[in-house]
Amino acid sequence: MATTSITLDETPARALLLARADDALVLGHRLSEWTGRAPLLEEELALANIALDLIGQARALYQATELDEDALAYRRDAHQFRNALIVELPNGDFAVTIARLFLVSVASDLYWRAAVADPLLGPIAAKAEKETAYHVRHAAEWLVRLGDGTAESHRRAQDALDLLWPYTGELFEPVRSGPDPAALRPDWEEAVSAMIARATLRRPADGWMQSGGRAGRHTEHLGRMLAEMQVLPRTYPDARW
Amino acid sequence: MYSQALNAPTPLADTSPEATRFQERIDAEERIEPNDWMPEAYRRTLVRQISQHAHSEIVGMLPEGNWITRAPSLKRKAALLAKVQDEGGHGLYLYAAAETLGVSREELVDQLLSGRAKYSSIFNYPTLTWADIGAIGWLVDGAAIMNQIPLCRCSYGPYARAMIRVCKEESFHQRQGYEIMLTLCRGTAEQKAMAQDALNRWWWPCLMMFGPPDSQSSHSDTSMRWKIKRFTNDALRQKFVDATVPQGHYLGLTFPDPDLRFEDGHWRFGAIDWEEFRRVLAGDGPCNRERLAARRQAHADGAWVREAARAHAAKQRAKAA
Repeated sequence: MATTSITLDETPARALLLARADDALVLGHRLSEWTGRAPLLEEELALANIALDLIGQARALYQATELDEDALAYRRDAHQFRNALIVELPNGDFAVTIARLFLVSVASDLYWRAAVADPLLGPIAAKAEKETAYHVRHAAEWLVRLGDGTAESHRRAQDALDLLWPYTGELFEPVRSGPDPAALRPDWEEAVSAMIARATLRRPADGWMQSGGRAGRHTEHLGRMLAEMQVLPRTYPDARW
Repeated sequence: MYSQALNAPTPLADTSPEATRFQERIDAEERIEPNDWMPEAYRRTLVRQISQHAHSEIVGMLPEGNWITRAPSLKRKAALLAKVQDEGGHGLYLYAAAETLGVSREELVDQLLSGRAKYSSIFNYPTLTWADIGAIGWLVDGAAIMNQIPLCRCSYGPYARAMIRVCKEESFHQRQGYEIMLTLCRGTAEQKAMAQDALNRWWWPCLMMFGPPDSQSSHSDTSMRWKIKRFTNDALRQKFVDATVPQGHYLGLTFPDPDLRFEDGHWRFGAIDWEEFRRVLAGDGPCNRERLAARRQAHADGAWVREAARAHAAKQRAKAA
């Protein structure tokens, strides 16, 4: 049987859009997995809200490639995805979910602020920045609650930071076009360290950093996530939904 | 989504001056507010109905949530996530409406998790294909709207006001569900078969959502007298069938009822299997155990988070003092 995957010509502009779009889609999908499982009803609504913002950002970015958004989301194989590895890791417990949302959103917020002046990303960045500022606030408030709350929540929050830290370096790797993520690192360091301290947690030491997502070398987790997400369009390639 | 039509127990006749004045206010279509005098049985009936409705919204997130990660396009994924989020929001306002009657959300959630409280029997059926998401929007939300529109005029103010907002969102969900069905019915042969199969499985359970037939529900008089309920189960069910059958025919689908026929201006339907209804309500539907287990699991897994939030808040208060 012929493959149901698409092939695409990744121009520098497309590569830039896809990296950002895939970050947003994959993280949005992971957050949507919390539906019906959140620790309290208010948080159920908040996580869905953030997931919706991210899926909306992904759609705007895919559409800016002038390719079909659903072909990009549903007809690419894992190695064609350009997201950073940190967003595809499984949700883990609520502490891992919150710590990841915090670490990634601080980086995204800085990125969108820098991208407002970019001719390609500008219009999307302005809206995404407002949304991401809220994601940062929400995640930071929870990080403080968890870090400062009980001995158990403190331990889980620290474990989450330790688990995720080796995946943060990739967020600042240079890319071929658009704002330079490396330039955002000092501001990210400052914001993240300050909040970790407020949460009475310890900033993990910088050691080996995982990498490969932007080049399509992913963790074991993305393939499974896509197998689930893409099942209908892959099973019924001629159908429109 | 929607709470099972239910029947209030008949209270002893109360002839006190407060009770007489209360009934006069109801008869005059005045709204009863949280601080007003009300008979204990009125309060109990409302707590039960509103909390069952809230629980139904929360449990109702599960069957649809089952397809969020497999929605077949980004537009559908966003719409479904937003719909399920709306249901959580409905649960939240309904718990708040119940709290105006002097019960806490914790007590109500505890009743759900311990299996003492009921929720709509419809959510004990599984969502097996994507077409079930269309069928739930079209049929389950359609039935919910039939039940809830009269509740916008319910005599208890906070419930009536919550229903106005809920109904607006439900009618949006219903259109969205019908549009999913329409897309499937105009799609490939496999998609149309998926839509037909969903209708076959959801049709009868949706008719059961209106509750037992009037001939078996002698208690609904009290709810009618208190204007909590304004139409009987059978009247609402007939209204739903009349509205829905032409919509199904427009889709080109067949209803799984050989006795369905148009007569005297109404779509008359065959016998409902009330035995199945009783069985599912009593706990032996296809998914009762799973649904409750999923709610319990989420609650248990979240305990340390809620505890952390409380501990942090207490520390903040201590610092501020």
